[in-house]
Amino acid sequence: MKEFTFTVTDPLGIHARPAGILVKEAKKFASKITVYKGDKSCDMTKLLALMGLAVKQNDTITVVVNGDDEEACAAAVKAFLEENF
Amino acid sequence: MLVGNGKSIVNGIAIGKIKIYREPERKINEGIIDDPAAEVARYEAAVEKAIAQQNALYEKAVVEAGKDIAEVFLVHAMMLEDDDMNDSTKEIITGQKRSAEYAVQVGYANYAQMFADMDDPYMKARAADILDIQGMVLDNLLGLDSSSLQGTEPAILVAEDFAPSQTVKLDKSLLLGMITIEGSANSHTAILARSMNIPALMQCKEVDDSWDGKDAIIDGKNGVVYIEPDADLRAALTKRQQEDKAKEALLQELKGKPSVTIDGYKVRLYANIGGPSDVGAVVANDAEGVGLFRSEFVYLNAKEEPGEEEQFNAYKRVLESLAPRLVVIRTCDIGADKTIDYMNLDKEENPALGYRAIRICLTRKPFFKTQLRALLRASAYGNLGIMFPMIISVAEVRECKEILEECRQELLKEGYKVADDIEIGIMVETPAAVFCADELAQEVDFFSLGTNDLTQYTCAIDRQNAKLEPFSDTHHPAVLKAIKMTVEAGHRHGCWVGICGELGADPTLTKEFIKYGVDELSVNAKSILGLRKAIRAINRKELLGA
Repeated sequence: MKEFTFTVTDPLGIHARPAGILVKEAKKFASKITVYKGDKSCDMTKLLALMGLAVKQNDTITVVVNGDDEEACAAAVKAFLEENF
Repeated sequence: MLVGNGKSIVNGIAIGKIKIYREPERKINEGIIDDPAAEVARYEAAVEKAIAQQNALYEKAVVEAGKDIAEVFLVHAMMLEDDDMNDSTKEIITGQKRSAEYAVQVGYANYAQMFADMDDPYMKARAADILDIQGMVLDNLLGLDSSSLQGTEPAILVAEDFAPSQTVKLDKSLLLGMITIEGSANSHTAILARSMNIPALMQCKEVDDSWDGKDAIIDGKNGVVYIEPDADLRAALTKRQQEDKAKEALLQELKGKPSVTIDGYKVRLYANIGGPSDVGAVVANDAEGVGLFRSEFVYLNAKEEPGEEEQFNAYKRVLESLAPRLVVIRTCDIGADKTIDYMNLDKEENPALGYRAIRICLTRKPFFKTQLRALLRASAYGNLGIMFPMIISVAEVRECKEILEECRQELLKEGYKVADDIEIGIMVETPAAVFCADELAQEVDFFSLGTNDLTQYTCAIDRQNAKLEPFSDTHHPAVLKAIKMTVEAGHRHGCWVGICGELGADPTLTKEFIKYGVDELSVNAKSILGLRKAIRAINRKELLGA
């Protein structure tokens, strides 16, 4: 299992278009990726659920990756988040 | 005549007949069905078709509105692929034995509600996206085609609200304007209207079915729609629409192009402004800088003498928003026709020739220094020029420069940043300055001819006395000669020379000024593009040869 936290700096938070690309990115991997914000959580491959978390600027999310390719998956997702949010 | 009010999205005018755009009536079978598997297959086919439609809308919107805005349709396509929403919709079909239409109606509505319940206005507005794809999937299931709703005549379309996909599907050649009862400035429809420059009113609660087919005018600038406007109003707004169109055409043609004659003589076209609120017009009209920023607004809008901090913030705001353009700020030009209570100026027999402008500043040094310090501090935030008004002698200019230097030293000692490339200039608006132009030019970086006062002083004609009209000639040869002499004297000493008075914008004199070698024209922002067009048609060498 790989786990990391990320704080959103984008003024719009995790908004529609990049969230969609994030979902596509997440679907490339076999691992299960779970996003936690406060007491809510969702699977990163579910766009509407991810938008439903309402992650805003300065919110911190925790990402947990579990599966065969978790190493590569966590690194790719982390890089994508840093680049886009 | 009826009037409706709304939130305006685009400032233009739309004139035409109202067409009420009604949603197709969707008859949905709410009963129990026999073959859930067949309904699931119908649902999957409708979603697949909707995804293809969204991708096609994306392609269309990229062309019409640009990539950023078009991306909403890619988001729609992704939403349509969302496993949770698809699974829960299919669950309604199989679990409750209901039609695909019913499942979409109920299942998608839950997601729309989820977004509508969120606090964030951006997320709230996403409910419209879900409703949009819901409508599309339903239309696919029911075999409805919404493209016929627009009609075949050009019209101002009125609707409860437009889904983003409806907005893009509309035939723009038939779309004069849009009015919605709902909708927000954050909605994609608003964004699309803005990017396609179609006048649109949102949240117009007065909309009524009886408007259908009637003549109407949207005045986007004032956020109003007139139904069956009277003739005067129609004429006035038609004229404004034509002016807007002419300006738009000029902009399309000339925006970003240099103000240069056929033979390569470059003139700087700057704008005159009166305060931070004019900055938008400078940019919208593609001015290359500001040749005269009248600082009087900071004094006239205040109840007491404005402090350094207040002035600094106002100047900084303008410099920052217009950087890297040059912004020439004229120091306080109070007196004569502009008086202020807190300045305690005596009533004068002859105010135009009296205690005003630099004469006040040089005798009330602390007052002057407050402004100069504010200007110098603001200089760190853009490209500043400082201009002194009503100059008649070299001694005055030297004194101004000394006080300015004193302020600079103070500020540097106090740890402030001050730009070291501030251009210093004077208004040439007195005959004395014209006659001493050679000497004055050696003291400064630029001259700016204030032709209003220069004309009044040269011809000894009070510009506020209507009785003198028959004697007044704005193109008086003495004034033109004074301008020519000033330009030549300035150039002899490496000083650039501009015109910031009303004559600068007079298109009948543009050739003459270019012949003299005027370097800069500073005019009201609206005149910029017209002048640029005129300048680009002039051949200076030919003028000089003739």
